[in-house]
Amino acid sequence: MRILFIQLEKEFRQIFRDTIILTVLFGMPAIELLILPFAANYEVRNIYLVVVDHDHSSDSRRLIEQIKNSAYFELAGYKHSYKEALIMMESDEADLILEIPNGFERNLVRESSSKVFVAVNAINGVKANIGEAYLQKILMDYNDHLRVQLTAGALPPISQIEVSISNWFNPLLDYNKFMVPGILAILATIISVFFSATNIVKEKEIGTIEQINVTPIKKLNFILGKLIPFWILSVIIFTVGLLIAWLVYAIIPVGSLFLLYGFLSIYLVAILGFGLLVSDFCSNQQQANLVIFFFIMIWALMGGLFTSIDSMPYWAKVVTFFNPIRYLIEVFRLIILKGSNFHDLLPHFGIMTLFAVFFNGLAVKYYRKRN
Amino acid sequence: MANEILIYAEKLSKRYGDFIAADSLSMEIYKGEIFGFLGANGAGKTTAMRMFCGLSIPSSGTASVAGFDVYKDSEKIKRNIGYMSQKFSLYEDLTVLENIRFFGGIYGLSDLQLKEKSEAILNNLRIAKEGKTLVAALPLGWKQKLAFSVAMLHEPKIVFLDEPTGGVDPVTRRQFWNLIYEAAERGVTIFITTHYMDEAEYCNRISIMVDGRIDALDTPVNLKKQYNANSMDEVFYQLARGAKRGA
Amino acid sequence: MHKLNHMKQFNNFVRKEFYHLLRDKVILLILFGLPVALMFIFGFALTNEVKNSKIVVLDLAKDVASQQITQQIDASQYFQVEQSEMNLQQVEEAFKTGNIKVAIVFPEGFNEILSHENRARVQIIADGSDPNYATTVTNYLSAILGHYQTRINKPKQIPFQIISETKMIYNPQLRSVHNFVPGVMALILMLVNVLMTAVSIVKEKENGTMEVLLVSSFNPIFVIIAKTIPYLVLSLINVTSILLLSVYVLKLPILGSIPLLFGVSTLFIITSLTLGIFISIKVSSQQQAVIISLMGMLLPTAMFSGFLFPIENMPKVLQYFSDVIPAKWYFIIVKNIMIKGLGFSSIWKEMLILFGMTIFLFVLSIKNFKIRLG
Repeated sequence: MRILFIQLEKEFRQIFRDTIILTVLFGMPAIELLILPFAANYEVRNIYLVVVDHDHSSDSRRLIEQIKNSAYFELAGYKHSYKEALIMMESDEADLILEIPNGFERNLVRESSSKVFVAVNAINGVKANIGEAYLQKILMDYNDHLRVQLTAGALPPISQIEVSISNWFNPLLDYNKFMVPGILAILATIISVFFSATNIVKEKEIGTIEQINVTPIKKLNFILGKLIPFWILSVIIFTVGLLIAWLVYAIIPVGSLFLLYGFLSIYLVAILGFGLLVSDFCSNQQQANLVIFFFIMIWALMGGLFTSIDSMPYWAKVVTFFNPIRYLIEVFRLIILKGSNFHDLLPHFGIMTLFAVFFNGLAVKYYRKRN
Repeated sequence: MANEILIYAEKLSKRYGDFIAADSLSMEIYKGEIFGFLGANGAGKTTAMRMFCGLSIPSSGTASVAGFDVYKDSEKIKRNIGYMSQKFSLYEDLTVLENIRFFGGIYGLSDLQLKEKSEAILNNLRIAKEGKTLVAALPLGWKQKLAFSVAMLHEPKIVFLDEPTGGVDPVTRRQFWNLIYEAAERGVTIFITTHYMDEAEYCNRISIMVDGRIDALDTPVNLKKQYNANSMDEVFYQLARGAKRGA
Repeated sequence: MHKLNHMKQFNNFVRKEFYHLLRDKVILLILFGLPVALMFIFGFALTNEVKNSKIVVLDLAKDVASQQITQQIDASQYFQVEQSEMNLQQVEEAFKTGNIKVAIVFPEGFNEILSHENRARVQIIADGSDPNYATTVTNYLSAILGHYQTRINKPKQIPFQIISETKMIYNPQLRSVHNFVPGVMALILMLVNVLMTAVSIVKEKENGTMEVLLVSSFNPIFVIIAKTIPYLVLSLINVTSILLLSVYVLKLPILGSIPLLFGVSTLFIITSLTLGIFISIKVSSQQQAVIISLMGMLLPTAMFSGFLFPIENMPKVLQYFSDVIPAKWYFIIVKNIMIKGLGFSSIWKEMLILFGMTIFLFVLSIKNFKIRLG
């Protein structure tokens, strides 16, 4: 036990002596947590619409007025031709084109139906989807309005289905509530794994590891001595992150903090073990860095932070089954936003414990004091 | 001699695939000896040393260090030996005292013992004021002497030194050797590898490795007589002439 | 004679660097494999589309209307219906395990109320913790309800219909892949050229071999440039593989000029390399190089280049900040060439900016290098 203490002393001394690393360790997560949620906004505001009005009728003008007055669109311009409007789209100045054909009003009155053309800049799929939906809604509203006017009540009553929407756990649909827990998860992961992996490899590269291997220190002791400092550090950084989430984003965990930290602890043991496992097999830091980076990149992308796991094809979903970050992000969101309890999270806890045992077991097994 | 055998090896070999790094090494090293392990770079010295230290499993042959078998009891061996590696063995980003505390602590020294040893080392090396200096800031010669002292912290029976005097001036080398003599006088067995032939003269006995084999093993005096040479350099030259590996 | 010798020396250095790189199979595997993996992930796995989403139907009415609507929902590609006898409390539990993210509730007597009072209410419960998902499923469900509403109103002959025809430009199937390919290129190039270069140069510093090189009569700048050449070659190979994957696997053709694309990529590669060099001059250990490259370089690039998150949605301050990120400009250029088929005349401004950044970094590096030596 005392030996463990001596080890921890040494690790902490080394960590705290490196000012650059310390700054990044504590500074970057703080900064990123403050900036990223603002940047990582999938909310669609400012959809730029270009109108091409061939009709110039009172109806068409009123439609355009309606659109202008809606909060969803910014009118980027009026063009005389579809071609000109397309150029605006090419230079990224317009997301949608609404073309009202010649005879819009006439056809509405005479033939009782009229067409409009909508072109959507679909490079950004989310925007396209939502922009189109908004436009359709405005068109429908305008249509209803127009109809009421033109028929002056001589209509059979329309059966209407009213939709009442409840958004649970985040009624205001605040994007920060969605992003922040996820970002916290990723930051906690990056920090712990990178440092634990490269730390051992660094000693390998410098040669001090031989000096350790030649002592009677037990493998288990050595590995614990490497795990624990980063475990502690990660928990601290996570706590700082949680405080920022509270102070800046007013995110207060609905569920039990105890449960939150409990899962985080097991998770950290698991991925630190992964870092150690990688370092068992790498002989220099460049290698270790790249391997870890590879996994973290793929896990972060497929972790359900940016896109939903539900939307993934079957093979991708299977892959995420083996992705530790996925579970962390899920648990964070479940506890922080929904207040899920231990019973709800039983499968998550179980799987993460398996990960922890698996990675650390292999890490200890493959650490060779002699080869 | 009624002297205890501290290192024993018989036909000890290490192979990496087809490459034979150490070929059928046999030797007996006695307590209190300063045993020099000479040879060109790549001759296999470090390989041999690593097998004795428990850092490397031999491919064949037998060996024991401090009475313990290298195959089965490598962890017990480690309690009785000290080691100074070729690449640096101390942490550059820790101070002198912190390094002593760390390595001493790993060997189980108590706080009191550590305190005593730290003072002793600082005084002995005449670096009393440098306790809180980062090792990175020390000149090479001091680093080496410090590394040696750290290797000796737990009072091991044998200490293995792998090319400990590279890159320093002759005066510093001389000082280092004084430390070695002091230890030997206390009964510590010293196993030292080097490619400086003049250091061979400082040893009780030496062996010369060529291409993974031990081609000669005796006292410097005897070897010079045997090969009709005036210096160890010449002895080595004669032996190494036909070597396929090394500088 | 002197000049010729220097060329030879330079070539020697470059060759040595290639050997270093080629000898490490693990690193090579990852450097070539990562872009491929990313392309597959972005191309096939990542999407914000909602498909076969489990929806719990709480049908308290169990009449024609509710059942028809339920059938419509199940028939749509977006949803997969799970009928359930749960009460609201149990639904909440199910939400809390993360198994269910949307539910629809039909009140008792739904059809009755709808036909007699012409107004009936349906409740949609969505998991707000994922706002994007919530908005999307709500949209889709509303659309399904809207269609049903139109159907039952049809026999009433509603006049004055405005029908809209929609066309998707550049992306007939609404796949978001087009945003990602330029983004993957930017990311990979940044990774290889900033991270790897910085680490590789610092490694020599750490080893002490840098000093040996510096002592030779060789201009140290050439030593450093020699170190970057293998990564330049590697990057160009990566660009090629990404483009090939894009065209043949993701079926995203390149509309613009390919030589121009390579030219621009080379420019960006040089910009990133210069950045890597600058970092390597400022730090003293590999760990530091990595952590700065990652936290300070890669993460901001991923966030602010515009490919994961639209820049125009960000607060003004962050938009200005994104102007500083080289990847943002590269991303715009590549998008314009690859996807919009535009030519040099449209992108020369952005190229100029990249070029300017490169010069700036280069000068900064030389200045700092001299300080280190002096």
